[in-house]
This record gives sequence, C-alpha cells and structure tokens, in this order.
Amino acid sequence: MPVLWLVLIVFALGALGFVLGRRRALGGAGGDIRLLHSLPSYYGTNVALLTVVPALFLLGIWLLVQPIVVDAKVSALLPDSAISEGTTRDLVMSDVRRIAEGLDKAVAEGAMTHAQARDIRAEFTDVRNRLGAVGVALGSRVGAPELFAAQRYRRIAGEGSLAMTGAVLALALGGFALSLIRTTPSFRARNSVETGIRYVLIFAATIAVLTTIGIVLSLVFNTIDFFRLYPAWDFFFGTTWSPSFGGGSDLGILPLLWGTFYISIIALAVSVPIGLFAAIYLSEYATPHVRAFAKPMIEVLAGIPTIVYGLFALLTVGPLLLKVFGQDGVGLMQAGTAVVTAGLVMGIMLIPFVSSLSDDIINAVPQSMRDGSLGLGATRSETVRQVVLPAALPGIVGAILLAASRAIGETMIVVLGAGAAANLSLNPFEAMTTVTAKIVSQLTGDADFASPEALVAFALGMTLFVITLGLNVFALYIVRKYREQYE
Amino acid sequence: MTDVPFTDASSGPARPARTGSLLEADARTRRRNAAEARFRLYGIAAVGVGLFFLAALLYAIFSNGIGAFQQTGYTLQVEFREDVLDKTGNRDLEDIKSVKTFAYSPLLRAAMLREIETHGIDTPLADAKVTGFSSPLDKLFSDGARSTLRDMVLADPSLIGQTVAVRILASSRVDGYLKGRVSRESIERDKNLDAVHLDLIDKLRDAGVATKGFNLAFITGPDASDARPEQAGLGVAMLGSLYMMIVVLLLSLPIGVAASIYLEEFAPQNRFTDIIEVNISNLAAVPSIVFGILGLAVFIQFVHLPQSAPLVGGLVLSLMTLPTIIISTRASLKAVPPSIRDAALGVGASKMQAVFHHVLPLAMPGILTGTIIGLAQALGETAPLLLIGMVGFIASNYPDGAISGFLAPNSAMPAQIYEWAKRADPAFYERAWGGIIILLLFLMTMNIIAIILRRRFERRW
Repeated sequence: MPVLWLVLIVFALGALGFVLGRRRALGGAGGDIRLLHSLPSYYGTNVALLTVVPALFLLGIWLLVQPIVVDAKVSALLPDSAISEGTTRDLVMSDVRRIAEGLDKAVAEGAMTHAQARDIRAEFTDVRNRLGAVGVALGSRVGAPELFAAQRYRRIAGEGSLAMTGAVLALALGGFALSLIRTTPSFRARNSVETGIRYVLIFAATIAVLTTIGIVLSLVFNTIDFFRLYPAWDFFFGTTWSPSFGGGSDLGILPLLWGTFYISIIALAVSVPIGLFAAIYLSEYATPHVRAFAKPMIEVLAGIPTIVYGLFALLTVGPLLLKVFGQDGVGLMQAGTAVVTAGLVMGIMLIPFVSSLSDDIINAVPQSMRDGSLGLGATRSETVRQVVLPAALPGIVGAILLAASRAIGETMIVVLGAGAAANLSLNPFEAMTTVTAKIVSQLTGDADFASPEALVAFALGMTLFVITLGLNVFALYIVRKYREQYE
Repeated sequence: MTDVPFTDASSGPARPARTGSLLEADARTRRRNAAEARFRLYGIAAVGVGLFFLAALLYAIFSNGIGAFQQTGYTLQVEFREDVLDKTGNRDLEDIKSVKTFAYSPLLRAAMLREIETHGIDTPLADAKVTGFSSPLDKLFSDGARSTLRDMVLADPSLIGQTVAVRILASSRVDGYLKGRVSRESIERDKNLDAVHLDLIDKLRDAGVATKGFNLAFITGPDASDARPEQAGLGVAMLGSLYMMIVVLLLSLPIGVAASIYLEEFAPQNRFTDIIEVNISNLAAVPSIVFGILGLAVFIQFVHLPQSAPLVGGLVLSLMTLPTIIISTRASLKAVPPSIRDAALGVGASKMQAVFHHVLPLAMPGILTGTIIGLAQALGETAPLLLIGMVGFIASNYPDGAISGFLAPNSAMPAQIYEWAKRADPAFYERAWGGIIILLLFLMTMNIIAIILRRRFERRW
C-alpha cells in the first residue's frame, strides 16, 4: 500500500516539523518565551501545517487526475484493429486495466518476476492461464494488442506513481524546510497558522459544493452518453418500458413517472390528513403529558430505516391487503406487491415528517391571534380552522411539498413493495414500478456500463434529481417567505 | 353635553328574541359544540392511528423476528469412525483433508439411527435405504452439518475413533416446523420434507433430542448460501457496517465541524457563502439513491476503487451524512452566546482562539449529539449501498485485517437484510426480521446515547 505509506511518511514529517519548529523558535529566543511573537506551539504547528497540508492536497489531486491521464495515453495506443466488432474502446480499456491489475497481482504473489510481467508476449505465453493461476479471471483470451497496452499501462502508471511519490515528498520537504527557515522569534507564527487553518476550513465548507458538482457531473455526462445511444424524445415521451439486455429495448419514462406519482399521491393521502390532524391535536388540544408521550412516539416512526418499512410492505401489509382485496376477498388484487401496498407504507413513514413540520409551523403562529379569536367567542376548532390554519397555510403547503419530494425519492419501500412491472394503469391494486426502483434494477444487474440499458439509470437519476430539487427549492422558498411574516 | 339616546348597537336585521332557558344551549350552539367535539375526535383519531401504526410495525418486527434468535438442533453422539475418515490410520492431516464433506453423511445418519433406537422411536425412516449418496434421513440435517463435523475433525484429528456428543443443526424446514412456520399442510407441496419426517421430529422433540437453543451463530456468524438459511448470520455484515461507520465518523465529523465553524464564525456575507449554504440545505434533501449514483460514477467508475468495499460505502454515506452534521453543528455553535466570544476577544484572544478554545468546547455536546444521530441515519441507509454493489453475493468471509476490512467486498446490515428479503426461501424472511431487530437495537442504543448526552451536558444560556 504505497499511498498509505506515503501518507504516513508525510504525517511523520509533520510531527517531526512540529517538534523542530517549536525547538528552533525557543532556541532563537534563548528559551525566553516573552521574546517570541507567538506561543511556541504555534511555531511548531506552522511547520507541521506547511509540511502536511500542501503535500496531501497534491496527493489527492494527483490520485484523481492520474487515472484519466493514463487511460487517455494508453487508449490512444490501442490500434483500431484491436477493437473488434460489438465492443467499444471503453470495454477494451477495461479489459486492459484488468490484465494490468492481474499482472500486478501476479508480481505481488511471486508468480512472475518484474521482468516477466514486463516482457511476456501473448504470442508465446498463455497469459490468461498464468493470471488465472493467481486468481484473476479474464473473460477471453488475451490478444497481443491488449497485453501490449496493459504492459504500457503498467509502465505509465508505475512511472506516474513514482513521480507522485517524488513530487509529494518534495513538496512536504520543501514546506518543511521553508517554514523551518522562516521560524525566527519575530516571525508571526500565530497569524500564519490561523490563515492556514482558515483555508482548511474554507476547503471543508466547499466539499458540499464539490459533492453537488460531483452529482451533477456524474449525472450529466452519463445522461449525454445515454442520449447518444437512445433518442431523448423516446425516453421522455415513450409509454412502454421494457428493457432487454440483448438490445432493442423500449425505455420510455412515462410509466415509471406515473407509478412514482401514483404511489406518492397515495402516500400523501395517508400521511397528510393523519399528520396534520395529529399536529393540530398535539399543539392545540393535548395536555402536556399526552404531548410529551405521543410526540416522541410518533417521531420514532421517522427514525426507523426505510429497509424496515420495505420489509413491512413486502411481508406484512402486502399479504394482509391480499387477504382482503385478493382472490379470496374482493378479487381486485393479484399479488401482494402493488401501488396501494407501497403507498400505504410510505404514508406511514411520512406521518412523522408531516406532523413534526406542521407542528413547528402551527406553533409559530402568534398566540395573540388565537387569543383574539377565542376572545370573540369562537370555539377552539373554529379558531384552528379559521385563524391558525390560514395563517400557517403557506408553511403547511411547504411541509407537504417536502413530504412529496421525500415520497418521490424513496427507494427501498418501492423496490420491495411496489412490484417490478411498469404499468400505465389507474388500478391501485396493480403492481407498478417507479423511477427509483428502476434505477436500482438497471444498475444492479450484470449489464455493462456502456449499454443504454444501464446508462438509462443515469437519465432516470437526472430526472429524479431535477424533480426533487425543484420541489425542495420551491418548498423552502414558501416556508422562508412565510416565516418572515411573523418574526 | 347633550344626552344622546342609546341606540341599539345591533341595528341590523333583528334577531328573534331568545326563547327558552339561558342554561340550555340553542340549536346553533349545540351544532358548534358538536363540531368542536368532532374536530377534537379527529385529532385524537389521527394521533391514535399514528401510534397504532407504530405498534403494528413493532409487533410485526418482533413477532416475526424473534424466531431468528433460536435455532433447532439435535444433540447426537457422533462416532468419528476411523475406517471412514482415516483409512490409512496414520493421522496425516493431508489424508484427512482428502476425505470429502459428503463422506461424513454416514456418520450423521448412524448417529441419528442410534438416537432413534435408544429412545425406542418407531419410524419407517429407521430402515430407509441409502440410494446413491443420499438417504431420506439427510433431509433432517442442515446441508452445513457435514462440513461442521469435517471442520471439527480438521481442527482436532484426535477426535477420530472417538464418540463425541455434538450439536447438529437441523434443516430449515425442521426448524420451521418446530417454530410453527411450516405446517403439515404446507409440507405436502414441499419436496424437502415429508410427513414421516414430521412424525419423527415430534417424537425426537418429546425425547429431548431435537431442541431449540439460542442462536449465537445468527448474531456473529457469516451469511450462508440459498440452500442453508439455517446457517445464515449477520456477523460479517455487522463488521461491514462497522468499517463503514468508522469511515463516516472519520470523514464527516471533522469535515462537518470545520465547514460549520467556517460558515458560522468566519464566512463573510457574500455570494460564495450563499452558494455554500443553499447547497448544503439542498444536499440534505437529495434522495439517497442519487448519492448511490454519485458513488458508482465517481468512486467506482472514475477513481476505480474496488466495488462492494466498505470504504466506498463509507465515502458515499459520509457525503450523505455531512449536511445533517453541518446543520446540527451550526445550530449548537449558534446556541453559544456571543458574550463568550466577546469575553475571549476582550482578554486578547484572536478570533481563531476564541472559537477553538471557548466556543467549540461549549458546543461539543450538541455536535456529538448531531453526529450520533447522523451516524444512526447512515447505519440504516440501504439504497446507495445497492448501487455500489454491496448486495447480490454471499458475505461469508470475515475480513482478515483492517485493510481488507475497508477494501474487501462486504455487505452491511441493511444490505444483508435486503438480500435476505429477496431470497426465495421464506426461512430467510425470519432472518431478515431478526436482522431488523439487531439493527433497531443498534439505532436505539445510539439514539439513547445521544439523548443522554443532550440531557447531561447541554446548557441553557
């Protein structure tokens, strides 16, 4: 694990820097702490920071960039003839990477020497068998161009790693030396350390932005790849969803969107009345004792992982509904996994979400408004209906929108409880599927990532991301606008 | 001042004079009171329905899952026959290893027949014929029972030639029968067990040979293949979750606290800060499956980290937990009164010193509470783990050390539960519910720690 070692070495240098920096500052002041600008430990920290932070930063960037550069270089070496009919350059490159990893492993386990791994020729050696012996299974016979590319890959990657080790160590040592030289009693070590820490803090804060950028980029690039293979019009307006991994599949999003919205609507129809009335009762009627018991109990529902709800839908609610509405009962339902099953269970999951958000909003309505209404002779329910709720309405709408965005993005309940067939139907007792469930099923199969059947998951993810983001932004806007009114 | 004659204030349409007693409510008041009572009832009903759902959920979990903590087995006197296990008689470990697992079947059958004989049980299975390598008696035992015996012998070759009392796992159908999951009706369509077996099981139970015992292997053991639900355990997946949580804690706590300190204490009011803040509040609402897509595209496809590794799972969950931690950390930093900062600055501390030496320690209980709650969320999260490949295989290998713990393919508790829920054999459902009980125990413990921390250390200013 050379990277781990590299990190450890850098940290060891940093620790050494701390000790030396501190000693040098104290030594420069002749041991009299009053002659120093900053406390001695700041001089040490300054050296340690300048040693560790830039070096690790470089290491991180290098690790991210190197695979791209190496891939591009090796990919350019592959002749077009090496890419046979039915595969793509990306697929061949992934074979090349596997061969390279296999060679690395063979060397690590002593099955090959470095020279052998560098020089073997596919014409003379059965590379597949040799690598199979160390537990690296390769799909097909290793051809000469692939093996040659893999050897080049190893060489370039090896050179890159060596250069990286050199550069990182040089930067660490440079920072170490520079900051140690600058360590004099009059050096403003505290200011320097604080500026450094400030940059570290800023970097931490930008990670949230980087995450968003990562999400958007990974969705956008793969979605573009998908639309190159499959027309966007058919994706957005197609009414059949029947992926077949052999090719020639229909990938229309409409049945999935319909399933998503249908299940969400049922979930909201369950959770909004229950959650809202529970919030009204708990904030306007309940005695402190009842509130202290019931509120946390309902919120327990929010702390239960979604996999539990999924299992509840699949194994408890589904069979129960089947008993009532199935062949032996009303005769509407074919199987336990259906839109109502998922909708009902998702509704249960959302009750605490709606109730605690509404509770906050109802509590934010000023007491004077209630007092005014009660003073005019209105009953409590009239006060709630005619004064409190209208005042809280924008906030409650915001809460419902947030709940809707939760419902649309929910995965485990629909994966386990809603079924797998994509249907455009009005019958809530039928199995339907959703955007999230199909993302899971398209990406957990054995499809290769270059096929439209796998790439469609990214287009689905993009759609999901845009819808939930839109709902959230809108909901937060409404809630914020409302909050300002009474503060 | 002129006397103005009092005019009737309600000079609108005159209301009919009130008839009847003041003590008796009129129709309109009664209607309003009824509406009031109804409204109140709706509220009570809503709270009741919420509590009912909670009770139903917990009941379903415990009534279905408690069975996973018990497992049926037989206490048998197994004779490790030398003529089967070590024909040469030289106790050479290589020779003993060359004896395949299925060679242990006759030992199991003989031990069972001996029990049947000593307890005087009358069953047609007692003289069942061995056809090929299998006998109807085999259906009583777990598929893994033979390899348990083999492992015993390989660990201690001196057992050969002795007769030892061994607890042998029953097959999952037998286990289901004793737990009431498998009935005589359901067995008719099942070729894994016949009615004669059930008769025998009834008698073995009465004789005390077939007993249910605490199932430690479920908590600590590895997962088992489709054919052996009786051996499946959550142990390896728990380790996977543990390694993931280590990654989440090490990444999201420092990064989250650093980001919150910057945003709360240092960030100037400008565009950049606004972008970060909007970003964080939106990230908190991004569906978890999208984080799974991010993990797949960035960590696996782009950086080529190993698939199914707890490290990747931990990275994805860290990014997901980050907003939660940032939001709660900012709240607890905000709760520290400005007078603390002013006092520190007043005696000559720098801004950085004021924050790190005074504000942060005071905010620590709140930060830890938020972190624990974030970790609990991450522990129960499943969807992103599906996309980075932590399902679809049998998590049967314990990691050999810290590095392989982070990098070797593993499952995680919720992913393992999902895996069991998808398998065909209903015996796995019991495991899934049992896994949920364990998962919920972890979550409950974490939340209780968070509550205690908050009660014990949080200060009101």
